[in-house]
Amino acid sequence: MTNLDLTKPTAELAAQGTPLLEVDDLRVEFRTRSGVVKAVNGVSYSLGAGETLAILGESGSGKSVSAQAIMGILETPPAVISGGGIWFQGRNVLEMSAEDQRRIRGPGISMIFQDALSSLNPVYSVGFQIGEMFRAHRGMSRKAARAKAVELMDRVRIPAAARRVDDYPHQFSGGMRQRVMIAMAIALDPRILIADEPTTALDVTVQAQVMDLLKDLQQETGMGLILITHDLGVVNEVADDVAVMYAGEIVERGTVDDVFSRPSHPYTDGLMSSVPQVEAKGGRLRPIVGQPPNLADIPSGCPFHPRCSHRRLGAEAAPGRECSTDVPPLRLVVPGREAACHYSEEVLGVRAP
Amino acid sequence: MTDQQQLDLRKDAVEAGTTTGLASPSVDVTQERQNSLWSDAWGDLRRNPFFWIGAVLGLVFLLMALVPQVFARGADPRACDLGNSRGLPSADHWFGFDTQGCDYLANVVYGARNSLIIGVIAVLVILLLGVVVGAVAGYYGGLTDGILARLADIFYALPLILGALVLLRVGPSTGIPVINSRGPGAVAIALALFGWMTAMRLVRSQVIAVKSSDYVAAARAMGASSRRILVRHILPNAVAPVLVYATITIGVIIAAEATLTYLGVGLQRPAISWGLQIEAGQDSIRTAPHLVLFPSLILTMTVMAFVMMGDALRDALDPRQRA
Repeated sequence: MTNLDLTKPTAELAAQGTPLLEVDDLRVEFRTRSGVVKAVNGVSYSLGAGETLAILGESGSGKSVSAQAIMGILETPPAVISGGGIWFQGRNVLEMSAEDQRRIRGPGISMIFQDALSSLNPVYSVGFQIGEMFRAHRGMSRKAARAKAVELMDRVRIPAAARRVDDYPHQFSGGMRQRVMIAMAIALDPRILIADEPTTALDVTVQAQVMDLLKDLQQETGMGLILITHDLGVVNEVADDVAVMYAGEIVERGTVDDVFSRPSHPYTDGLMSSVPQVEAKGGRLRPIVGQPPNLADIPSGCPFHPRCSHRRLGAEAAPGRECSTDVPPLRLVVPGREAACHYSEEVLGVRAP
Repeated sequence: MTDQQQLDLRKDAVEAGTTTGLASPSVDVTQERQNSLWSDAWGDLRRNPFFWIGAVLGLVFLLMALVPQVFARGADPRACDLGNSRGLPSADHWFGFDTQGCDYLANVVYGARNSLIIGVIAVLVILLLGVVVGAVAGYYGGLTDGILARLADIFYALPLILGALVLLRVGPSTGIPVINSRGPGAVAIALALFGWMTAMRLVRSQVIAVKSSDYVAAARAMGASSRRILVRHILPNAVAPVLVYATITIGVIIAAEATLTYLGVGLQRPAISWGLQIEAGQDSIRTAPHLVLFPSLILTMTVMAFVMMGDALRDALDPRQRA
């Protein structure tokens, strides 16, 4: 099978049962002159049609790099995919030819970026850029592509689309630019849309609209959505499942409601405690002490142990569960919830209602 | 912030429910189109007197090259009367006569065509070589870049005039068409061959800078092929400095052509060229100074016209210099 069928609507595939995307033990390194930076260290997840997976993590946790690896847009060198696999509709993307990979980008997997202004080419009108998707992938004529562009701009609710189709990116406001970006990304009805911090550059009211738009579009088309963000609020509103990343690994995974209300990893717990609460007025926030690790020199054992309040070192640790030497695997803690911590039950207990 | 952005913000706010749409001002939707990089640049150019001086001079020389009869006031550059040899300028013959007694104004005017042909052809070849080699080197990087950049370095080591001189000197003894003729084509190619490296470096550095921009990553994420990315997304954003360079280079090439012709390896008689006229006139500079003065003056003004246009274009395309 050399050609994936990307013409059927995504919704029809949902019934077949196989996940759209499976990432298995993905590892990405940046080989630089000053050493090897391990940005992604064994990340696995899967995504089905209509599902929304949020990947949550702070800057440098590897969340964007893993998405770029899936898209095949890492700069190589210095980046190297050093292990693992990415299966899109049952085929390993990493073993495909460059040309086959390219064919998947757009109609198969598509992506929107954080800064819509710099992600749009300044020398072309937005209509031309949206239309380029149809011209490049479907061989449409300029005229037909332009008409499609207007249609899409309407779909992402850009007002007066027919009039603005010939405007340039810098003539749009931030929220509208991101809509243009979304219009481009959904132009070919992708199976999967990866949104890399789509609302970080926008102000709060516009953020809500863009997230609503993404949600609506997902309902219309049944595409899978991977939402990369460090915004806990956005995750809470939109996502079904959440994977929390730290130092290039997934440290906790589960449904958003579960993870947010009862974290089972000390890092997630720390994140939740550092969110300001309206009720706790006047109280102090509990920050996570210390700094995120240098990815060129990740701490031994559990990468989070130097900052962890639950860590057990030396004699106080249970055998095989010494935090600074034994790497905790991602394991099932309670049904539907995985965490990479030796003492997850304890963390869960602390927060138990 | 532009008006349209204000409008969008308004729309955003209305949608978010933080403002009511009813109170929003009714805005004329048919307002004039806003500016892009090029229309901004044009607005800037229009206000630059140096651009206008350059453009008017350039246009005059262009017309001179296209319809020399009009500027020569009907005189034929080849209709000569030895009786008028080295005649001084007069009301009927503004530039006087040359040694053969030909009308000098007609000769100088007819010289514009060769200069412009050589300038334009050479710059087109320079652009072609520079853009193709520079874009390939910048985009693919690595070993390709290493080889192409070193190749440019080797050509850089050869001075423009010296390189062109040697090539034109040995040209006639080779069997290569165009090169063996010493016509305008040969001079243009000789100059382009030793003058493409700066354009290549400009394109290469621009391509490297643009290559890492977000919109190139976005285009890749949407499944654009390498070729499409390079041609459609990188080059249009990389050409502005090259256009400036090309405009100035037309002037430089015209001067270089005159130099080569003056040295005797460029155009040959009976071709009409400013370089030949200066060369012929220098022997009688004390008795008939106008024979050197007029072609030199026109040559200088032509070069100046292109340099001024290029300078103005550079200022207009650089947003940091914009008030």
